[in-house]
Amino acid sequence: MAVQPKKNAMPVQEPAVRARNFKEVALGYSAEIAVAEAGRCLNCKNRPCVEGCPVNIAIPDFISRIKAGDFEGAYDMISQSSSFPAVCGRVCPQETQCEGKCTLGIKFEPVGIGRLERFVADYHNAHFKGEVKSPSPNGKKVAVIGSGPSGLTCAGDLAKRGYKVTVFEALHLAGGVLVYGIPEFRLPKNIVKKEIETLGKYGVDIQTNVVVGKTLTVDELFEQGYEAVYIGSGAGLPRFMGIPGESLKGVYSANEFLTRSNLMKAYSPDCRTPIMHARNVAVVGGGNVAMDAARTALRLGAENVYIVYRRSMEELPARKEEVEHAEEEGIKFEILRNPVEIIGYNNPEDRRDVKNGFVTGIKVRKCELGEPDEKGRRRPVEIAGSEYVIDVDCVIMAIGTSPNPLIKSTTEGLDVNSHGGIIADEKTGATSKAGVFAGGDAVTGAATVILAMGAGKVAAKAIDEYISSKQTNY
Amino acid sequence: MYKIVNKKQLNPTVTMMDIYAPLVAQKALAGQFIILRVDEDGERIPLTVAGCDKQNGTVKIIFQIVGGTTIRLNAKEQGEYISDFVGPLGRPTKTDGIKKACIVGGGVGCAIALPVAARLKELGCEVHSIIGFRNKDLVILEEEFSACSDRLTIMTDDGSYGRQGVVTAPLKEAIESGENYDEVIAIGPLVMMKFVVATTKPYNVPTTVSMNPIMIDGTGMCGGCRLTVGGKMKFACVDGPDFDGFEVDFDEAMQRASMYADFERAEREASCNLFKKEAQ
Repeated sequence: MAVQPKKNAMPVQEPAVRARNFKEVALGYSAEIAVAEAGRCLNCKNRPCVEGCPVNIAIPDFISRIKAGDFEGAYDMISQSSSFPAVCGRVCPQETQCEGKCTLGIKFEPVGIGRLERFVADYHNAHFKGEVKSPSPNGKKVAVIGSGPSGLTCAGDLAKRGYKVTVFEALHLAGGVLVYGIPEFRLPKNIVKKEIETLGKYGVDIQTNVVVGKTLTVDELFEQGYEAVYIGSGAGLPRFMGIPGESLKGVYSANEFLTRSNLMKAYSPDCRTPIMHARNVAVVGGGNVAMDAARTALRLGAENVYIVYRRSMEELPARKEEVEHAEEEGIKFEILRNPVEIIGYNNPEDRRDVKNGFVTGIKVRKCELGEPDEKGRRRPVEIAGSEYVIDVDCVIMAIGTSPNPLIKSTTEGLDVNSHGGIIADEKTGATSKAGVFAGGDAVTGAATVILAMGAGKVAAKAIDEYISSKQTNY
Repeated sequence: MYKIVNKKQLNPTVTMMDIYAPLVAQKALAGQFIILRVDEDGERIPLTVAGCDKQNGTVKIIFQIVGGTTIRLNAKEQGEYISDFVGPLGRPTKTDGIKKACIVGGGVGCAIALPVAARLKELGCEVHSIIGFRNKDLVILEEEFSACSDRLTIMTDDGSYGRQGVVTAPLKEAIESGENYDEVIAIGPLVMMKFVVATTKPYNVPTTVSMNPIMIDGTGMCGGCRLTVGGKMKFACVDGPDFDGFEVDFDEAMQRASMYADFERAEREASCNLFKKEAQ
């Protein structure tokens, strides 16, 4: 039988409609489409997709269960490796991971693994009525700092092994970047809530409003009887470019803009959180966060939203689907442009003019691509004299973050690298301080949800081994 | 949920509350702040710690009723609860090496200045305090300041209490009369702190100011609280809230503070209308 060359299309909200609402863009496969898509899997011997997955989900096995109509069986298969399939199916960069390695992808479009994963998770969440089996407790306590994807994965894996896990979260709501960063239209918050509730059933306790490094220190956690600590505190301070005008009114870091809209619910007209409803917005950067900020600004009512990125479309680090969705929605890509100044309104005649200090434009310089840098990406080279101004009233900086100083500054013996990231063994997450493990953005700097989950998983195993070996030493 | 164990009206627009938050009470030092949310879906607002009682596990906050959130907070009574209360955030005020200090407080900023004055007194330092208010009705914490100050000067804009004038007048007199302060610590409206710095700088008296910019998470994630200090970008939540007054770009900070002025006005009007309706 001939293989269907293209993936089964994902049903989506129409671009013109979705550009003005915060509901989820991709609607998900039906059971029928899922079975058809599963049928495209060649079930090849090498299983390169499994290698491509940071948490090594047994992809061909769950796909063959879908093919057989055993959706719950498929879910069980995935949940052996991943704690949050409904999240990963939506936000993983599959094109560079599992799907990037798919054998079918050599000649045709790869199997829609992410879409299938999402289908299975959504099916389970909608239909599963049984109770989760709580593991028998082993009497050991572990503390996890941060309730983002890394911390929750680590907590879940340890709880399933019988540990009593407490997660400490600085904000008032658990979920980390899944709730403050990724918008509703890409990852509905009730999905995150459901995944966190499931962890609760495994006995994971989440304490919000505790800033480790301030409210409690890592050393105090050990004094309280925790035998190991996992730091998954995420990325920290937003980066700015250091160009003139970054303190003008209307300049946001993507973290602030997205936190206002997502966590603080400024997207809802009933909410009291202030956010700028700008008409013309420039988002500086080309990653997923930039796409999220741009599409959020559009949904808040902007007429023109520009992505200002210094390389070309080829180098955009964002997930391919997000770039496609952004383009369909009318986001304009000002590629090969580097901002040199943000321009503000200034009325020298009247210092009390209420418009003073608000953004009116962003001056950008054209670039061309030069030699590849150490990562193999072609370096942008600015073209002298090519500056021009894009008229905007809001600028959002989405150019990454640098590590948060709170934990390292209050934890003696915890080594950090020259960028301030915590130094952790890639294979175990072990840090320079005994009993302290770390992973996710706190170690790597801004990366993806799935890499953070992978690090949490690796550390959970290492923490289990660490605590068990301490016992046998007695 | 965090219980309001004590509530007291200090003047018509300023309220004091003791909130039960034992973890925060154990750690908080003068100069640090907390972030609270009154209710679900509420804003996160930063308030500087005005004192704490380690024994009873309570943290004292003093706030001025300025916008929607503080109106809602003020509507809560003793025995009721607020949703969230997190801290202590920021760095404590530096007290090392200070033998003689002048504490300058303006309006509700006096609530934050008080624990700093009390801490310095406790450390055996000579403390002169200058506190300023618009008028007699707005004077707060007079007794408390008296208790921890070797010299207390109260100023009102209209002369209805204490001396008439701005806080910088007695500060300048003191410096000129030869009071050798190791540090002047100013806490109050931005414009007051700007003028305190303008007063101390010519005499090169080291001056610390406590900045209270717009903030969301308060832990170094959002960058909303950025300031320019010594030509560099600083984040008030993790690098401050205290900074070297000589280095702070006050004009920029004042401009940034007005970003949501329209929104705040609308909120205040909406809340007032709501209360009017309820009253009717």
